[in-house]
Amino acid sequence: MLQYKNHFQKLELLRANKLSLKKNVQDFLTSIAKSKNLNAFNFVFEDCLDNAEIIQKKIITGEAGKLAGMVIAIKDVLSIKDKPLTCSSKILGNFNSIYTATAVQKLINQDAIIIGKTNCDEFAMGSSNENSAFGPVLNPHDNSKVPGGSSGGSAVSVAAKLCDAALGTDTGGSIRQPAAFCGVFGLKPTYGKVSRFGLTAYGSSFDTIGPFSNSVEDTALILEVISGKDEKDSTSAESEKINYSNSLTTDKKFKIGIPKEFFGAGLNQEINVAIHNILNKLKSEGHEIIDVSLPLSEYSIPTYYILATAEASSNLARYDGAHFGFRSKDTPNLKELYTNSRTEGFGKEVKRRIMLGTYVLSAGYYDAYYNKAQKVRRLLKESYDKVFKNVEIILTPTTPTTAFNLGEKSNDPLEMYLTDIYTTSANLVGIPGMNIPVGFDNKKMPIGMQLMANQFNEIAILQLGKVISEL
Amino acid sequence: MNSLYEAVIGLEVHAQLLTETKIFCGCSTNFGNPPNTNVCLVCLGHPGALPVLNQKVVEFAVKMGLATDCTINRNSIFARKNYFYPDLPKGYQISQFEKPICEFGKLVVVKNDGSMKEIQIKRIHMEEDAGKSIHDQEETTLIDINRCGTPLLEIVSEPDMNSAEEAYLYLSKLRQIITYLGICDGNMEEGSFRCDANVSVRLKGESQLGTKAEIKNMNSFRNVEKAIEFEIKRQIEILEDGGKIIQQTLLWNAEQNIALPMRSKEEAHDYRYFPDPDLMPVEVDEIWKSEIEKKIPELPDTRCKRFIEQFNLPNYDAGILTSSKELADYFEKVTEVTTDYKSASNWIMTEVLKVLSEGKIGISQFIISPVNLGNLIVLINNKTISIKIAKEVFLEMLKSNQEPDTIIKDKNLLQISDTTEIETIIDKVITANPKDVQEFLSGKEKVIGFFVGQVMKESKGKANPQIVNELLKKKLSQQK
Repeated sequence: MLQYKNHFQKLELLRANKLSLKKNVQDFLTSIAKSKNLNAFNFVFEDCLDNAEIIQKKIITGEAGKLAGMVIAIKDVLSIKDKPLTCSSKILGNFNSIYTATAVQKLINQDAIIIGKTNCDEFAMGSSNENSAFGPVLNPHDNSKVPGGSSGGSAVSVAAKLCDAALGTDTGGSIRQPAAFCGVFGLKPTYGKVSRFGLTAYGSSFDTIGPFSNSVEDTALILEVISGKDEKDSTSAESEKINYSNSLTTDKKFKIGIPKEFFGAGLNQEINVAIHNILNKLKSEGHEIIDVSLPLSEYSIPTYYILATAEASSNLARYDGAHFGFRSKDTPNLKELYTNSRTEGFGKEVKRRIMLGTYVLSAGYYDAYYNKAQKVRRLLKESYDKVFKNVEIILTPTTPTTAFNLGEKSNDPLEMYLTDIYTTSANLVGIPGMNIPVGFDNKKMPIGMQLMANQFNEIAILQLGKVISEL
Repeated sequence: MNSLYEAVIGLEVHAQLLTETKIFCGCSTNFGNPPNTNVCLVCLGHPGALPVLNQKVVEFAVKMGLATDCTINRNSIFARKNYFYPDLPKGYQISQFEKPICEFGKLVVVKNDGSMKEIQIKRIHMEEDAGKSIHDQEETTLIDINRCGTPLLEIVSEPDMNSAEEAYLYLSKLRQIITYLGICDGNMEEGSFRCDANVSVRLKGESQLGTKAEIKNMNSFRNVEKAIEFEIKRQIEILEDGGKIIQQTLLWNAEQNIALPMRSKEEAHDYRYFPDPDLMPVEVDEIWKSEIEKKIPELPDTRCKRFIEQFNLPNYDAGILTSSKELADYFEKVTEVTTDYKSASNWIMTEVLKVLSEGKIGISQFIISPVNLGNLIVLINNKTISIKIAKEVFLEMLKSNQEPDTIIKDKNLLQISDTTEIETIIDKVITANPKDVQEFLSGKEKVIGFFVGQVMKESKGKANPQIVNELLKKKLSQQK
C-alpha cells in the first residue's frame, strides 16, 4: 500500500525523508514484475532508478520541479528519445524514437520519473485493449474482464498502483472509457490544450493527450504541467494559464446539465442508479441540476468513425515498409513491398479502419460521407455551444456498461464501437471530459461518471470533480 | 497546322521557391548537399512529427498572386494528396485543393505579329515537393529526401492558349515575373521551374473542348514549344484519320523529339484529397497583404514602359533590357554614369549580350561593372578614344577587369589628334605606296579607304579618324 494519496503528500514525505524515492521506485518496479500477467507495460525502464536519489536531493534542497518524484508511465504511442515506439503494432518493428514528445518532455522537465511505456490498442484503435501486438491487457479488478481501451495499459498501471500516474491519449474516449472500467481518474483535455508533437497520429483533429491518476489533485497537477501552446504543433492553443492544482477548492455552486440522450435505453441500470445517487447529493449541496437535450448525440458514433478513420487512413500511410519499421521479407517489387509489409504488419482492426477511411475519402463517396460527417460535426458543436450557455457542466455516464469480458465483443466491431457512445461527442466537439470513479456494480467492477465542460474550462471539471470525490 | 482546327492549351507550372528553409520544417533547401543530409523528423515523416508552415512561403505566394492580378483569398486551406511512392515518406503530399491562396489572375503577352493576348490564371497554390528516386543502380532504387518539403508554387492557367507560340510566351512571361520577384530562380534545366501542358484540339468554331492529353518532362522552353507543336500535329492527324483522342499522359523525349505515353498504371490515381488536420487555415489579412505588396519591385511591363519614356529608347531596346531584372538593373546603373542612353543600350544589347551568350552566363556573373561600361562610353563621347579602340578596351576589361582609364594609359591607347604626328605617318604611308597614289590621282577616289586603313594601322588605331581623313585628302591632292 502506498503511504500517500496524492503527489502533495508524497512530496511532503520525500522532503521529510520519511519516504525514500529510490525504494518507492523500486517497489513500483517490483509490483510491475509481480503483475506481469496484467500485461500493462510494453517496456519498463529499469534505469529510471538512477534518477531517484538525485531527484530526492533536489526535493530536499528545494530545487526540484513540480512533479519531482512522481512516477509516471507513458502510453506507447508517445515518443521518448532513444526509446522504443511500437504503438503496440508489429509494423513499427524495432523502431526507436529520435526525439521526445512535448508532453513527455514537460513531465521530465518537472523531475517526473518515467517508468515505462504502457500497452494499448494498436495505434490507439480499440475499446478493449485486445488489439495489441503484445497481447491483451487484463482488468486488475477481474482478470477475465477487459480494462477498456485504447489506453488500457495506462489505466491499469494506475489502477493496480504500478506507478503514480500515466499519460494516455483520447481520440474517441480512449482515456475516459478505460479510466471508467478500471476505476481511476482520467482526463481528456480540450483539443489543442496539450501539444500533439510526438504523439503518433490516429485521428489528428481528435487526438488529445491526458493524465490517468488516483486523485483529482494529481490530474490537475499533470494537466497544469503538460498544457500550453507549442510552436511545433500548429493546432495547439494559447489558453489562460491556470494553476489548476491550487485552484481546486471552491464554494461555487455549479449549474449541471443532464442530457436525456445519455440516459436512455442501453444504459446499465446500476450505472444509472449510481449516477443519480451522486446527483441527489449534489442537489442537496446546493448545486443546480438542469435537464438538457443534445439531440444529435445518436449521430456521434457514425460521425466519429467516418472522420477519424478518414484521417487515420492518411496518417498511417507512412508505415509502408520503405522507410522505417517493419518490412516484409517478401518484396519482389515495390507494390508487393507495400502490400506485404502492410498486410503482415498491421492488425485486423487497424486494417478495417484504414479501409473504412480510404472508402469514405474516395472519389464519388467524399460528399456522401466525409463532407456530410463534417457538417454533422459542426452542428454537434453548435448544439453543445447552446447548452453551455445555460450550464457550466454536462454530467453523463462515461460508459453504458461496466467492463465486459475478454473476447465478448471482439468479433462484433459495431458492438465494440458502441461502447464509446458517451465519449466520442467530446472529441467531435473538442471539449474536455473527465472520468470520475463513483463506485462499483454488484460484480465489484468500477462505475465511471463523465463531466464535460466548454472548451478550455477544465477548471470547472476539476473543481466539481473534487467536490464529487469528497461526497 | 491544318487551318480547320484550333489547339487549346493550358499550362501547369511548378516553381521551386527561394526560401532558406523548407515549407514545413527548419531544414535547409540548399541544392547539391550529400543525399539525405537536409532532413529531419518532420520531412522524414517520423511518427508524431507535425508540419509548421514557413510564413515566407505564404509571402512569396501572395507576391506572385498580386503580380499576376490574382484575388488573394483571405483564408486558404492545406489539403493532403494521398498516394504511395518511396520518395514521399508520409504517404501524402501537403498541397492546396479546394481553397488555394490565389485565384482568378491574368497576364498579357505580346505575340510576334505584335498582337496582344490575355491569358487567365485559374489558381496559384502552395505545396511541398517530393524527394528524388534515383534509378541508376542495377537492382535497387535509391531515395534522396533532401528535396522533400522544398516549397513549390503551382501556377495553373486556364486553357486560354491556342498555339505553341502563345504557350511559350506565357511561360516566358511567368518566368520573367517570378524572377523579377526574386522568389524562384526560373531554371527549367535544373528543374526549379517545371511545366506540364494540357493539349487538345477541336474544329474551329466548336464550343466544346476536345479530349486532352497531358505532356510532362519538358525541361526547356524550346522543348515546351516543340512538344506542344508535336502534340497538336499528332492529335489533328488522328482526327483527320477518323480516330479518337484518348485521355492520357505523355512524356516528352527530347532526344527523339517525340512524346510517348506513360504506362497507364502510373496514372490511375484517386488522391483522396481532404483538408490537412495538422495545419490551421492560412489567413492573409489586409494588413499583411499590403505589407507584402509594398515589397513587390517594379514589374517588367511597368519598367519597360518607363524605359521607353525616361530613356527615350525604342520599344525593342526597352523590351530586351527589361527581359530580366538584373539586366535592367545593370542598364540603369550605366545610366548613372552616362546620359547617352542609346549608346548604353547598344553596348549592352550587342557587346554585353554577346559575351553572356557565348559564355552561357547571366549578367550577375558578367565581369565588367556598369560603372566601367558607363565610363567607357563617356571616353568615346569626349573623343578620348575611338569606337574601334573602345572595343579593344572592352576586350581588355573582360580579361583584366581594370578601369578603362587605366587600360588606355597602360596600353598607350589615347587617340592621336596632334596633326604634326599624324602628318608624319601620312607621309610615310604615301611614300611607301606610290602605285596607290597614282590610282588616287587618276580619279579612283575609293583608294582613300586603303590609305585610311594604312594610317590607322601604322598608328595602332589611335589616330583620330576624322583628322586622318581630312589630312589624307589634303596631302594626296598635293601629290599632283
